[in-house]
Amino acid sequence: MRKVAIYGKGGIGKSTTTQNTVAGLCGLGRKVMVVGCDPKADSTRLLLGGLAQKSVLDTLREEGEDVELEDIRKEGYGGTWCVESGGPEPGVGCAGRGIITSINMLESLGAYEESEALDYAFYDVLGDVVCGGFAMPIRDGKAEEIYIVVSGEMMAMYAANNISKGIMKFAQSGNVRLGGLICNSRAVDNEQEMIEKFAEKLGTQMIWFVPRDNDVQRAEINRKTVIEWKPDAPQADKYRGLAKAIDENEKFVIPTPMEIEELEQLLMDFGLMN
Amino acid sequence: MLLRHTPKEISERKGLTINPAKTCQPIGAMYAALGIHGCLPHSHGSQGCCAYHRSTLTRHYKEPISAGTSSFTEGASVFGGQANLTQAFNNIFNVYNPEIVAVHTTCLSETIGDDLPQIRKKAIKEGKIPEGKHVIGASTPSYVGSHVTGFSNMVKAMTELAEPTGKKNGKVNLIPGWVEPCDMEELKRITDLMGVSTIMFPDTSGVLNTPLTGEYKMFPAGGTTIAELQSTADSTGTLALGEWCSADAARQLDKQYKVPCTVLDMPFGLKATDRFIEALRTLAGVNVPEEVMTERGQLVDLISDMHQYFYNKKVALVGDPDQLIAMTEFLVSIDMCPVHVVTGTPGKKFEKRIREITADMPYEVNVKAKGDFFLVHQWMKNEPVDLLISNTYGKYIARDEDVPFVRWGFPILDRQGHQYFPTVGYKGGLRLLEKILTALLDRKDRDDTEMKFELVL
Repeated sequence: MRKVAIYGKGGIGKSTTTQNTVAGLCGLGRKVMVVGCDPKADSTRLLLGGLAQKSVLDTLREEGEDVELEDIRKEGYGGTWCVESGGPEPGVGCAGRGIITSINMLESLGAYEESEALDYAFYDVLGDVVCGGFAMPIRDGKAEEIYIVVSGEMMAMYAANNISKGIMKFAQSGNVRLGGLICNSRAVDNEQEMIEKFAEKLGTQMIWFVPRDNDVQRAEINRKTVIEWKPDAPQADKYRGLAKAIDENEKFVIPTPMEIEELEQLLMDFGLMN
Repeated sequence: MLLRHTPKEISERKGLTINPAKTCQPIGAMYAALGIHGCLPHSHGSQGCCAYHRSTLTRHYKEPISAGTSSFTEGASVFGGQANLTQAFNNIFNVYNPEIVAVHTTCLSETIGDDLPQIRKKAIKEGKIPEGKHVIGASTPSYVGSHVTGFSNMVKAMTELAEPTGKKNGKVNLIPGWVEPCDMEELKRITDLMGVSTIMFPDTSGVLNTPLTGEYKMFPAGGTTIAELQSTADSTGTLALGEWCSADAARQLDKQYKVPCTVLDMPFGLKATDRFIEALRTLAGVNVPEEVMTERGQLVDLISDMHQYFYNKKVALVGDPDQLIAMTEFLVSIDMCPVHVVTGTPGKKFEKRIREITADMPYEVNVKAKGDFFLVHQWMKNEPVDLLISNTYGKYIARDEDVPFVRWGFPILDRQGHQYFPTVGYKGGLRLLEKILTALLDRKDRDDTEMKFELVL
C-alpha cells in the first residue's frame, strides 16, 4: 500500500485535487482510502456526494471510546473508503491533537491492515503544517510520499517552501519523501515554467500541471468530482493524467528548501519576463 | 462525615468524575520502567508532571524515585520538545550514566504532537546515545486510559529491545503486570519451585523494596537486565498475567518474533493461581512439586476453617481491572458476595468479565468500568456492604459508612506491608484472607453484645 499525503496552502485546492485524483485512480482499478485531516471535514464531499460523513472525533465525542470501523468509514465513489477526522469549531480546542487521535484510532481499528487490500491511503491535510499534530500524517510509518499543491502565486510558493522544510526534518530520520509539486493553475504569468524551476530548486519535479477550468467549479456545485460529473470533459482527462503520473511516479526525494531571498528572486525573474 | 454531600439517589453523570478511581498514564510507565535494571525513567513534558509522578510512587513504595524531565517551558511548548529531550539524553548519560533511559510522554508533549520515535531515532543517528546504552519510549497521554494503560504501554516498549539470535534460550517470558515488588519476588519463587526458567519483565523487586544500608544507590541491584530483555525474542513462550497490564507486550513478541503467548488472569486467589500453576506445569512438562501442593492445601484449609465468616458477606471493590477480575473470582469462590465492583480504567470487557464471574450468584452485580469512588459510595448507600476493598482513597467512604476496610491495590499511602508481603499465589491468598478476616472479626468483636462476645472465633 502506498500512503500519500497532500499538503499545500489553504484554499489552493488540495481537497478538490485529491478527490479528483482519487477518482482517477479508481479508474485505474486502484482501491483507495481518503483520510481528511481538516477540522472543516470537507475532504470527502465530492466522493460522497455531499457532507455526508460523521467525523471520527464527533463519533468519539458522542459514543465514547468503543468505536467500530464501520462508524467512521463510509464508502464513496468507485468503492473508495472515506474518513473525515474532523475537529473543533474555529477558535476552540486543539485540531492538531484531533488528527493524532483519529489516525491512531484508524490504526488500532485495523483500517490499514493487509486484509483491507488497499492500494492507496490519501491524507488530505489542512493548510500549512502549523503544529506537530498536522505533521502526524508524515511521521515515520505513516505517509511515505508527499505531494504539494501549489500555484504561481507568491504565498502558495512560500507555503510550499515551508512545507518542504517540515518534510526535510522528518525525512532525515524517517522514510517520508517528496513526490513532486502539483501545479493547480491560477493563470499566473509564466506559471508552468516558474513552478518547474521552483520544483527543480527543491530537488523535485512538477509532476502535473492542472489548468484552470470552470468545469471543476460546476462539478463541485453538483457535489461530484469532474470525472464522475462529466467523464468526457477535457478537465477529467487532466485529472486522469495526474492520477496516472502519481501511479507511475518513481522520483521520491528529500527536498532542499530555498532561502526566502532566492524564492523572491525566482518570482521576480519569472514575473518580469514579459 | 467528610463525604456527607454524597447523595443516596443516583443520577446519570456523563461529563463529571468525582473522586476518580485512576490516575495518570505516566505513573504506570514510570513504575514499569523502574523494573529494568539501571534504568532512569524520563518524563517528556513540564517539571510538575514528573514531580507528581515521582512523589505518588514514593508515597506508595516508600523509596526515593529518580526520574529525569524534559523541563518544558513556554518556548518548548511552542517550538516542540526535541531540543530539550536531546539535551536531556546528553546530560543524563554524562551525569548519571544509566544503562537505559525509558522516556514516556505527557499530556503536553502529546498534544503539541512531539514525535517520540522520530526524536529518539535522530538522537541515536546523531550519536547522542553513547555506545552500548539504550533508549526506549512510550506514548502516554493521560487523557487516554489510565495509569494501567501507561504501565502496559511501557512494558510493550520494552519489547523494542528484543533481539532474536535465531537460537532459543529455553526460557519463558513472564510478564507479571502491575503487582508489588514482593509479588514479583514471590512469582520468581513459584517459577523456581516449578523448575521453570524465566525472564520476568518488568521486575521491581530489589529496586523498590531495598534495605536501608546507609548508602544511596540511584540504580539498585534489582530489575530485569538489558541482556534479558534482548533475549525475550528467543524465549520458548510468554506468560502474560493480566489482559490490561501485560497482554499488549506479549502479543507484540508473538507478532514480531513468533514467541507464542498465553494471557492469564493475575494469580490472586485459589482458581487464578491454579491456572497459573497449570500453565507453568504444561510449559515445563513437570509434575507440580509437593511444596506447591502443600501451600495450596493450606489455603484450602483456611478457606474451609473460616468459611462461616466469609459466607454471604457483601463486598464492594474498587481498583484496577486485572486485579479486580482475579479478586472477584476469589471472593465468589469462598462464598463471599462482591456486589459492587468499580474500576476507573475504561474497557467494556471488564464489565463483561465481572458479570460472567458473578453470573451464578443470587444477585445482580453492580459493575462499572470508567467509574469512580463517588459511584461506589452511592451504591453502598443503596445496598450496604460488610467490607470495602480498595486503595487508600476508599478510607473516606469506609469512615463515613462505618464499614470494615481492607487496603489493596495502588496507591496505598497510609499503611505499610504491601511492599513486603505478597498477595499473589497460594501464600498470597493466605495473606489476603488474613487481612479480610482480621477486618471482619475486629468489627464483630467491636459490635458484639456482651452476651455474644466470644473468646474463640
